[in-house]
Order: sequence, then C-alpha cells, then structure tokens
Amino acid sequence: MKHTIAVLVENEFGVLSRVVGLFSGRGFNIDSLTVAPTNDEALSRITLVTRGDEQIIEQITKQLNKLIDVIKVIDFEAENAIEREMVLVKVAAEDQSRAEVLRIADIFRAKVIDVTPKSYTLEATGTPAKVGAMIELLRPLGLKELVSTGPVVIGRGAKGWKG
Amino acid sequence: MKLNGARILLECLKREGVDTIFGYPGGTVINLYDELFSFKEIRHILPRHEQAGVHAADGYARATGKVGVAIATSGPGATNTITGIATAYMDSIPMVIITGQVPTALIGNDAFQEADIIGITRPCTKHNFLVKDVKDLATIMKKAFYIARTGRPGPVVVDLPKDVQIAQTEFKYPETVEIRGYKPTVEGHPKQIEKAVAAIMQAKKPVIYVGGGVILGNASAELVALAKRLGIPVTTTLMGLGSFPENDSLSLGLLGMHGTYYANMAVSNCDMLIAIGARFDDRVTGKIASFAPHAKIVHVDVDPTSIKKNVRVDLPIVGDVRDVLVKMLKIVDEIGPDAEGCRQALASWTAEIDGWKEKHPMAYKQATSTIKPQYVIQRLRALSDPDAIVATDVGQHQMWTAQFFGFTAPRTLLSSGGLGTMGFGLPAAMGAQAGFPDRQVMVICGDGGFQMNMQELATIVQNRLNVKIVILNNNFLGMVRQWQELFFDKRYSSTCMELPIDFIKLAEAFGATGLQATKVDEVDEVIKKGFSIKGPVLMEFKVAREEKVLPMVPAGASLTEMVLAS
Repeated sequence: MKHTIAVLVENEFGVLSRVVGLFSGRGFNIDSLTVAPTNDEALSRITLVTRGDEQIIEQITKQLNKLIDVIKVIDFEAENAIEREMVLVKVAAEDQSRAEVLRIADIFRAKVIDVTPKSYTLEATGTPAKVGAMIELLRPLGLKELVSTGPVVIGRGAKGWKG
Repeated sequence: MKLNGARILLECLKREGVDTIFGYPGGTVINLYDELFSFKEIRHILPRHEQAGVHAADGYARATGKVGVAIATSGPGATNTITGIATAYMDSIPMVIITGQVPTALIGNDAFQEADIIGITRPCTKHNFLVKDVKDLATIMKKAFYIARTGRPGPVVVDLPKDVQIAQTEFKYPETVEIRGYKPTVEGHPKQIEKAVAAIMQAKKPVIYVGGGVILGNASAELVALAKRLGIPVTTTLMGLGSFPENDSLSLGLLGMHGTYYANMAVSNCDMLIAIGARFDDRVTGKIASFAPHAKIVHVDVDPTSIKKNVRVDLPIVGDVRDVLVKMLKIVDEIGPDAEGCRQALASWTAEIDGWKEKHPMAYKQATSTIKPQYVIQRLRALSDPDAIVATDVGQHQMWTAQFFGFTAPRTLLSSGGLGTMGFGLPAAMGAQAGFPDRQVMVICGDGGFQMNMQELATIVQNRLNVKIVILNNNFLGMVRQWQELFFDKRYSSTCMELPIDFIKLAEAFGATGLQATKVDEVDEVIKKGFSIKGPVLMEFKVAREEKVLPMVPAGASLTEMVLAS
C-alpha cells in the first residue's frame, strides 16, 4: 500500500539525514521525497511517499515521531487530503508529432516552457494519477527527459497544520 | 562574567550533578582538559582506550541510575567510542558523550583528526548535537541531559569544536528545557490501564514478562508488589534480572534462548502475558509465530515504537512503567478482596508451573575434580556481599551468570544485552566501582572478552578501584564453540585460544593480585582470598573446556523446542 506521509521538522542542518537514515537503516522504502521550509521559517515540511503493510507504516510513523527534531507526522488518508505533483517533461516533437504533443498538453492543461525545432518541454501539475496519465500518452511520442517533484499534500478544510 | 566554552561545559556538568567522568585527552579537547586541571568538583578517570571509557561511564550509569559522562578527542578518539555508544543505545542507558571536533572553520576539510562523528553516531544515539556557537552550549548541554535521561533513556553525543571551547560568552544555565518535538508520554492511559487490570484479573494462566525497562524506570518495588498481590509468576529477560528477586517462589528466572525450562513452558502455555518494559527481542521470543500462542498480550512500555514491533499486542499501554504499575496497584487495591480470590484462582496454574520446575530444574553435572563454570558462579553468589554488583562480559559465562547467580536486587547485574559487546565487562565494573566505592564490585568474564579490554587493569590499579576480576578460562571463545559443536559438526574454526596466558603474571605486571584455581576444591579458597584482599584482584578459574550453556533454544526455533541439560 502506498502512503503519503507529511513530516513537520525543525529547519536545521542534519534533520533530513536523520529522516532518510531512519528509512535506509530499517530497510523501509522511499518512493519520493520533497522538502522545503514552511510559513514558519523555523520549520520545514517533508512529504514522502512510502509503501508497506499496516504494521510497517505504523512502525515508520512511530519511528519518525521518535526523532527529536520531528514535530508532527501525518499519514494522510486520500479522502481527506489534496495531493499534487509537478513534472517537467521534454518530449521529441518533429513534423507529424508536433501537433499531437500540443494537443495532449492542452488536454492536461500543461504549459509549454521551452521549445526547439525538435522538442517541446512541458510543465504539468496535478494529482499523481493525472500527471501519470499524461506521461503515458507522451511516452510513445518519444520521452527525452522527465523530472518530477514527487507529491506534496495538504489537508482539506479550513484548519491549518502547524507545529 | 564571561567564561570560555571549555569552562562552560564543566559548569554545565556540575549543575547536572555529575561528579565522575571518564575521558581521554587529545588535540581538540586540550582546552577542555586545561580547564579540568583546576576544576576540582569533578573526578576524572583516565581509561586506556576510549571504548573502555564509554563502557565505564555506561557501567557507572547502569549501577547508579545517573547519567554517565565520557569524553574523547576528535577523529580516532571519537570513532573509538562507537562500540561503547552503540552498546548503551541498544540497552537504553542514559549517557552524554562529549567529543572534541576540529575548529568550525575546518569542519568538512579533511582536517587532521577529523571525523564526521555526528554522521557516524546518528543511528546509534538517541540524539546528537554539533555545537557551532558557544552561545548555544549551555542550552545544548541542558537538552542533552534531558534527552538522555527522560522517556526511553539513551546516549546523546555533543560534538564540541576546539574554537567553541576557546570562545567566551556570558554563562547562564537554563532552568527549564523546551523541545517541541520531544514530549515523551509518561502517564499511562487510565482507561487502557483499567482494561488491562480487568483482563489480568480474569486470566487463568497469567505470566509477567519483565525487561530492562523496569530497572531503568526504577519500578522494581511496584513490580514486586503487583506480582505478589495477584500471585502472578514473573520471568525476566537478561536486562530485567534483579528487578524481581529470584529467590521468590513466583520467580521463573530467565526466559528465552537460554532461559529456564519452566519460564519458557509458562510463556508458551499462558493465557495472559503481561510484558513490562521489554521489547520482544528475538533472543527472547524464538520463533515469533509460536511465541505465547494462547496468550492475550498486555504490553507496557515508555517507547511506542517497541509496541507491536515484533509481536501482536492486545492491550498496549504507553507510559513510564512505574507510573503504570502504581496505577495498576491502585486499581487492584480498590477491588480489594476480589484480588485475593484472583490469587487463589491461580493455584492450579502455579501447580502446573511447579510441575515443570520439578521436571527440569536448572542443573548441571558436577565433576569430581575439574571446575564446572556454573559451580564458580554459585560459589561467587554464596561468598559475596548480598548487595554486590556483578558486571559480565558476553558469552557463555554471561549466560551462566544469568542462570545461576540468582539476582535479588535491581542494578546489581551490568551486562551488554542488546548489542552483546565483548570487552564490556571489565570497564563497566570499573565504572560501577567508581560510582560505589564502598560496595563489592566484580566482573565475571571469559578469557576471550577479558583480553578485549584488559589494558584497563592499568586504570583500575592506578585509580585504586577495588574491582574483583573473575575469569572463567576455558581457552575457547566458548559460545561460538558451543554453536560450532551443535550446528557445525564440531569444526572449531578460530575459536580455540591456543596461547596459554599466564593471567597471574599479567595481573602482577599491572600491580594487581593474581589468584588461580584449577581444581574444584580450590574454588572457595580463591574466592574467599580474592574478596578479602583490599584492592584489585584477578581470580582465574580453569574450567571444564567444553561445557555448554543449557537449556538452549536453537536460533529460530520455538521456545518449547529446548535442548535440555542431560
């Protein structure tokens, strides 16, 4: 089972390596990871995607909570959270496929951020599912390069999430 | 008044109540040692190796319950502490380890004697700090001690660059500490505790399984009170030995790989297992799938990550074990007479256990003239002070000590349980002796482990630490040899310590007394003489070479599949 876990941590040197070390030291997987300071500059928020059965996810969240620099851990449930990721993708675009790339970009509301006679570079944001669907449509046209932020996640509703 | 960082560090230690530290000087802590030279409130003991210094601080912490403190210089000094730190981490021992570091401007430059000790110790400390500014030093020290001793205790490293030791600032020790990401749960959930007590009272075959948490949490008295009140038998892990008096009729002794037949049978047949301050280590559970198969499990632990890590738990209670036990006792008291009924209802269960005790008591075959190691352990108990502190090394002698010494008080057994560190015993005994100069302190070790830190004889003699060293010499790395005998067709690959060492001469070379027994009728004489001499004494017992530690549950087998002593 895939889980998207948000971790609020002290914005200090070495904290990320404590979090990552916990995963590598215990053989847990990280599928993706993103980290940046929050509205409170003393805090950073890590969003990571991991997988495992219920027992493993429980261990992961407990172990994260145990780290001194970790202030809060939330294992988001899909129905109560909004998840987005951004991808930049470079696609081959010559002659007959040039129009097709633009059509796909339009359907997924992706932006063209760079263009050459042989390629388009697109920027797309959305749920991992939507972004994934776009990538699959572009793949047969010649995917040259793909870079993704991995998902970030925020809870639904009016309540903000602070330390 | 402004003080330099080195002085501030010492002032912080003083305010934390530290009176004894173990440390080794070097280039990046020379400023600290210069301040220490005239700082008389703290006793500094110089080990002969940084690893031993950390083990000594660890032994001091285990025996006294206070935070142990060790110092090492940067680079090799700091890397030498790793085994000591990892040992303390696995057994949750409160410690603060101060390492020197190259000046902040040189960090990351591969400077002379530089090691990234913060990176290296990250997975084996509860937390660690690099002090980049002298203004942060006092706050960091306050946090370090707070983190080390609260919640599930553990070692904390403070890495102190040389320039921070020299830099000056106004010193003020913070009175309170606030770490927003660290709020250990101390009080057990009242509803969970109520539910647990109700379930315990209904059990027909309950067993209490106690780990080191009860000793670390100073909850032995409460444990004894609860067990006796309800009449529930108690088995302990290696780390839990001493939390419940082994001479009590409710005691089942050790469980697990080298546990007693009756403890393992009781756990395997119980309908209620009450785990207190224990973590279901693989050496305790054997094959997980068949561990306590009929039992409802109540698990009390201060560390939420210990709960449901290895086994399913029906009633988890996160909290300080003493707080939880006090609350349980209160509920039992309120129930009053029913508690008596509960105890009487257990009569058939205790009779069943007594049957197992009778069938396979802890025993070994006595020999006519060769010394059986178990016999030495029994005689040491008989001839030592009731409150004697016993450190062990790791291996066969450690298990025989656990099986045959009969511990009756907490903090009287100091042993590396989790990491299983050979070389731990001698320096740990040294640390305990520094903490309790007036108590009898002995280390029981094998000839292998003793040689891993035997340089500490110098520290012991120099500091007049009255440590009694017991070597059970079988000229083997006995535990590995035992496995080779049982599972590798007696192919004794590299386990025979072929060089016969003259341990008496060795002791004398360091200025200690050396004694030796080679026959069974010399054992008492050597022990009596050893204990009566004031000062460090090494007592060597030439024991039966191929004696095995039994019972034994082979690795990965169920607790009921024991190899028993014939």
